[in-house]
Amino acid sequence: MDYAHSDTAVHEPAARRRGGGQPIAAKILVAGGFGVGKTTMVGSISEIRPLRTEELLSDRSAGVDDTTGVSGKTSTTVAMDFGRITMGDGLILYLFGTPGQQRFWFMWDELALGAVGAVVLADVRRLADSFAAIDYFEDRGTPFMVAVNCFDGAERKDPADVRIALDLDADVPLVMCDVRSRDSAKEVLISMVEHVLARTAAARR
Amino acid sequence: MSDDRWLDEDAGPIFRPYTVTRGRTRLRDDSLNLISLLEATGLPVPRRTRLDPEHRRVLAVCAEPITFADLSSEIDLPVGVVRVIVDDLREENLLRVLRPTPTGDVPDELVLRKLLHGLRAL
Repeated sequence: MDYAHSDTAVHEPAARRRGGGQPIAAKILVAGGFGVGKTTMVGSISEIRPLRTEELLSDRSAGVDDTTGVSGKTSTTVAMDFGRITMGDGLILYLFGTPGQQRFWFMWDELALGAVGAVVLADVRRLADSFAAIDYFEDRGTPFMVAVNCFDGAERKDPADVRIALDLDADVPLVMCDVRSRDSAKEVLISMVEHVLARTAAARR
Repeated sequence: MSDDRWLDEDAGPIFRPYTVTRGRTRLRDDSLNLISLLEATGLPVPRRTRLDPEHRRVLAVCAEPITFADLSSEIDLPVGVVRVIVDDLREENLLRVLRPTPTGDVPDELVLRKLLHGLRAL
């Protein structure tokens, strides 16, 4: 290990930081049932980055010694939906798709920690698929909103009916969107941040 | 777990990434958030410490502050493996963790306003 001794470049970050060069990172989660459009949404609005997780072997996962459920490669190394939006002023917004399968739920706590909030994507044909995510964020007190992804040919529903079907509190935003559209995905994220800002302001009063 | 368990063909590829951590999956410090910023301290590597290539790669990538998620993506190893490597390097004071925002893990109102401004400008 020679180069760390000789490489003076490693001292530079501290100097840069004095000039305000440290980035600021924030994250928003994209949750919802399988096939509801999480991957599509992350892809339409952000720069997709490959990210693998293999948490089944971490100390936090149950059954490390039990290989019965991990014979297939997909269940061991899991690609996560992960995207990055680089803004001015050194601000970076990260989007993380929360793995939908129940066996990955232990990861949600870590993902939710320090998140701006969560977008729960819903499909009107399968609203029940959103219940688990909504319950999770409600219980945890994580700010969240529901974005109904309107697929081609999907039956149009009155947002008020969807709100009733999902048993949403009145202060939880609900918007209609098409996550294939960058502008639509952007509007969803704007609604998310506006909602959190409104909550912050309300808490201050 | 006996050592021969690691050599069993049936174990498949699932254990291999953890060979770079010498099989260690437990952490000394578990406070890493995926958006925590990591930065090399620039301190010399202690003489008794032998760094693996993966450890050196992580140190090199962390010459400038980078989030744990971006680091994992850049190094192209699973998050769980990079977490252990980062933990090793922190233990040797070669790497430090910075909070993602000036006020800590949770974005404050100023960061939220910047975020809103940034999103509207996209």
